[in-house]
Amino acid sequence: MNTILIIVFAPLLAALIAGLGNRMLGNVAAKSITTGALLLSAGLSWPIFLGFIGGTETAEVVQVLKWVESGTLSFDWSLRVDTLTAIMLVVINSVSALVHLYSWGYMEEDPDQPRFFAYLSLFTFAMLMLVTADNLVQMFFGWEGVGLASYLLIGFWFKKPSAGAAAIKAFVVNRVGDLGFMLGIFGTFLVFQTTSIPEILAAAPAMSGSTITFVGMRLYTMDILCILLFIGAMGKSAQLGLHTWLPDAMEGPTPVSALIHAATMVTAGVFMLCRLSPMFETAPTALMIVTVIGAATCFFAATIGTTQWDIKRVIAYSTCSQLGYMFFAAGVGAYGVAMFHLFTHAFFKALLFLGAGSVIHAMHHEQDMRYYGGLRKAIPFTFYAMLAGTLAITGLGVYHLGVGFAGFWSKDAVLEVAFARGTQISVTAFWLGVVAALLTSFYSWRLMFLTFWGKPRWIESEHIQHFVHKTPAEAGDDTTGGYHPHESPVSMLIPLGVLTIGAVAAGQVFAPAFLDSAAFWAGSIFYNEPLIHAMHAVPYWVKYSALVVMLIGFAGACLAYIAKPDIPAKFVATFGALHNFVFRKWYFDELYDAVFVKPAFWLGAKFWKLGDIGTIDRFGPNGIAWVVDRSATAAKSIQSGYVYTYALIMLLGLVAAITYVLL
Amino acid sequence: MDGLPILSLMMLVPLAGACACLFAGASLARWIALGATLVTFLLGVVLWSNYQIGGPQWQFTERADLFAGFSYALGIDGIALLLIMLSVFLMPICILASWDGIRKRVGEYMAAFLFMEVLMIGTFSAQDLFLFYVFFEAGLIPMYLIIGVWGGDNRIYASYKFFLYTLLGSVLMLIAMFWMVAEAGTSDIPTLMQYDFPAEAQTWLWLAFFASFAVKVPMWPLHTWLPDAHVQAPTAGSVILAGVLLKLGGYGFIRFSLPMFPEASADFAWLVFILSMIAVVYTSLVALVQADMKKLIAYSSVAHMAIVTVGLFAFNVQGLEGAMIIMLSHGLVSGALFLCVGVIYDRLHTREIARYGGLAINMPYYALFFLLFTMASIGLPGTSGFVGEFLALAGIYQTSSLVALVATTGIILGAAYMLYLYRRVAFGGQTNEDAAAMGDISPREWVMMAPIAAAVLWMGVYPESFLAPMRADIAVLDARLAAAAPASDAQLAPGTPRADAANALPHHENADHANDQPASAGEGAH
Repeated sequence: MNTILIIVFAPLLAALIAGLGNRMLGNVAAKSITTGALLLSAGLSWPIFLGFIGGTETAEVVQVLKWVESGTLSFDWSLRVDTLTAIMLVVINSVSALVHLYSWGYMEEDPDQPRFFAYLSLFTFAMLMLVTADNLVQMFFGWEGVGLASYLLIGFWFKKPSAGAAAIKAFVVNRVGDLGFMLGIFGTFLVFQTTSIPEILAAAPAMSGSTITFVGMRLYTMDILCILLFIGAMGKSAQLGLHTWLPDAMEGPTPVSALIHAATMVTAGVFMLCRLSPMFETAPTALMIVTVIGAATCFFAATIGTTQWDIKRVIAYSTCSQLGYMFFAAGVGAYGVAMFHLFTHAFFKALLFLGAGSVIHAMHHEQDMRYYGGLRKAIPFTFYAMLAGTLAITGLGVYHLGVGFAGFWSKDAVLEVAFARGTQISVTAFWLGVVAALLTSFYSWRLMFLTFWGKPRWIESEHIQHFVHKTPAEAGDDTTGGYHPHESPVSMLIPLGVLTIGAVAAGQVFAPAFLDSAAFWAGSIFYNEPLIHAMHAVPYWVKYSALVVMLIGFAGACLAYIAKPDIPAKFVATFGALHNFVFRKWYFDELYDAVFVKPAFWLGAKFWKLGDIGTIDRFGPNGIAWVVDRSATAAKSIQSGYVYTYALIMLLGLVAAITYVLL
Repeated sequence: MDGLPILSLMMLVPLAGACACLFAGASLARWIALGATLVTFLLGVVLWSNYQIGGPQWQFTERADLFAGFSYALGIDGIALLLIMLSVFLMPICILASWDGIRKRVGEYMAAFLFMEVLMIGTFSAQDLFLFYVFFEAGLIPMYLIIGVWGGDNRIYASYKFFLYTLLGSVLMLIAMFWMVAEAGTSDIPTLMQYDFPAEAQTWLWLAFFASFAVKVPMWPLHTWLPDAHVQAPTAGSVILAGVLLKLGGYGFIRFSLPMFPEASADFAWLVFILSMIAVVYTSLVALVQADMKKLIAYSSVAHMAIVTVGLFAFNVQGLEGAMIIMLSHGLVSGALFLCVGVIYDRLHTREIARYGGLAINMPYYALFFLLFTMASIGLPGTSGFVGEFLALAGIYQTSSLVALVATTGIILGAAYMLYLYRRVAFGGQTNEDAAAMGDISPREWVMMAPIAAAVLWMGVYPESFLAPMRADIAVLDARLAAAAPASDAQLAPGTPRADAANALPHHENADHANDQPASAGEGAH
């Protein structure tokens, strides 16, 4: 029995048992089965990953079942394990196992626990199918499968109308990306006559000069194929333009946000780019677009993060922004660096989300940071975990000491490599990345200060008011309202502890392998050795830029939210329009609603009322029926039964006949 | 198996059942109908298991010459086999779906369904042009009666519209058939499939057949009979209408239009593409604004069948096989979706979406089945819907990227209207008390849904079972079409490959890189 089969199919089996057994099975059984399966998968994944680092593992492909064979188009269900897959295996299974465990505590009071755990395991299975895919179609299977799981989990609390709406939005926006992905697969098949990834990658360089017509446009073959595939990646990884679903996805339970909308699913786009990196390297224009979109997203999402009040939305925009870093790293050709940031980000972002969940748990479902404050003493474990996460995401570390949190190693590498690439676009991306790093530091510390420092503002929260049965007026000076936040149960603290270790050490430990070892990657990505050398050779000011802006962001947040808390209000009063623009998320939702959603419904109604009923039926069947009816009436009046009518008609007929013959 | 006229037997069993039902009481008629359809299904299983993949193109042939060259000739290839299997698989489910819902004239109702089964099997297995025509047209009569007698409030209008639309198209086809028989001197379908009709005659013959099949499919703008017919038909009627009768159009294209008039098919492909592209976008948008569940699913059927026609006229193997798989998949999935509507219609007697909501709370297993079929309808990989759509769209992309682009937008719009439906029915709070009081699916309803669910997943995960029987027949058809096939619009032109990767840098440090920043003083490694 091959290990990879167990790793991939154990979660599926667990999901089926828990999902179909549901209430018959009971909460504890369903939770144990799914969590057990994930612990098993995670336990089996780490030896494979470490084996690739140690050089004892080699890439292999396990055939499972034939899927489709139609003419020359043929693809199988198969599981590919190489370095790139192994990284994803540990990320997915570790975070998923921890999230399963965390959910024991977080979802304790939910009446629907088996369904929740079944969805989580189903998601994990789909994600594993995605990263083990050996052909594009199986990747698409996983791609859509995680989309389904994401849809189900965002809509998990389906009684809330907002959850249902967010679920649909996530699915449909992702489908826009999937349109690109599908056309990309079709195009790839047309050009290469295969969907097998290794075969495509091998054949891609030879096609790099060729041209093709796509919807009337004459383009470089590889550029259009990569652009189409990248549209798919944009949808799944919430890049600028197709990002609108991600913040709304926070309607799902917080463990879901940590697993799906931070650590794993949203990184699928980055994974796809890295998996297909030799193909993308034949498409300079496509890579330019990747860099531009990545850098723009990185900056744009960071700006929004600075203004949001909902703790989960801040982290969601932060995720969006960090994904932007990964994309522009890939765009400049540093796929290993992109994967490294994906790897470290999974730990610290999952940590931040689960920490936020712990805060929300302690604050009785309140998510608005305006009603937090002073929680440092009340929930110390959560505080220290979040602190580690914040230090990791802001990238604290000192180059000359060679020590730093996870984000220091990966984010700095992203910035350095963009600078080292040296093109106009990549240097612009570098500068946008630096500004985004400043903003990242600012909003991350803003989150920390609003939540854990200052005076408690708890009584202003409706959730707390309901709990303590007091209004702010009744509470008077006691702004806690007499509420006592409790630290979360052990099942939630263990995952926080484990992820804290990851957020602190993942960068330090794994940087040599991810950044500098061509042997580690073993051909599973396009490894650009000269670029990595150039990355290490960038000037010191570049290497320290991230640390400097991190400190500036920290100082800014410190000033605005601890030293002089009236600054934000003054800022908003002075720059109202700018603040509104950013706070309303650059008006993307309003724009899309006006341009796509409303017109679709309007057109649908018009097509139906004016097209089907007003035109086709009116002049088609109903029109014919009317004509027949009228003709019948006319014919009826002729058949009057009077001899003189018939005689007249006979006469007329005779005249007509004679005229015809004579002429 | 040799010598046993199994196709005739498969028609004889439901025919005998139908006659018995006419004279039986309500309860007995139900059991007779169920028994007859199950026996027919078992015969179908025997048929499939004895079908030789890679054997002769036409198997299980039977032939009895009647008069004037007209003969009772039956026989199937893989394409017909799969469509017969679809019919006999859905039939027992239809009988079960009508078990409690139909209260008046039960015997006649069951007889009508059994007659329909006879005619459907006959249509797919007929090897004589006129025999085909008789079965093809006679199929209208029981459907007309089912809508007209057991339908909803506006059933008379709907049944007339259905009948007239489908009949008018067929008259032209009959005229064309007479001409063809006179020209080729035979009414044998396999012979005609190899006969080369003169190119100029093909044009009008193709149009005459198109008139009939386009109505059946239905293609835009000939689709308006379908929503009315579905809304008025009883649940089982909708299942058969969507599941099998719509497939007659696609079957017609693949059996007659394409092999008999390949040049005309290529010449008119643009017409099919334009109508299909309009249909995908137009009917998907119309589906989005429907307040009636059945109407919504009916409009979605038009959009899905448009992908079938696009695939058929892609003139390549993927397009043809994809179209076939969509037909099978859509038969199962839209049938199942109509059953899902029927399940809650039986409880609340309304199809209005707004009257439901929050059904995932009180009907969790119903919500699960509904979700599965919704996902299959929007082509989620792993379900049957994906395999068909993927192949058909991959096929058309090789012919025209524009058509592929427009047709593929169906996956976005399809997700929008189906999930919007699902959200309003299964998600949200329980706003209507009577809807909140409905019980989850009964054992009878389990028996209806579970086999379809299994088939949908089977076809999604291992479609080889369904692709293998028709592979040789599609290859024959593809070979016949090859001469007429239009050229790909992709016009892939080779060029000189780039020497370097896009992000290649010279492989030594501190050299003067083109475009590079000046090398720095401070350098080192992490």
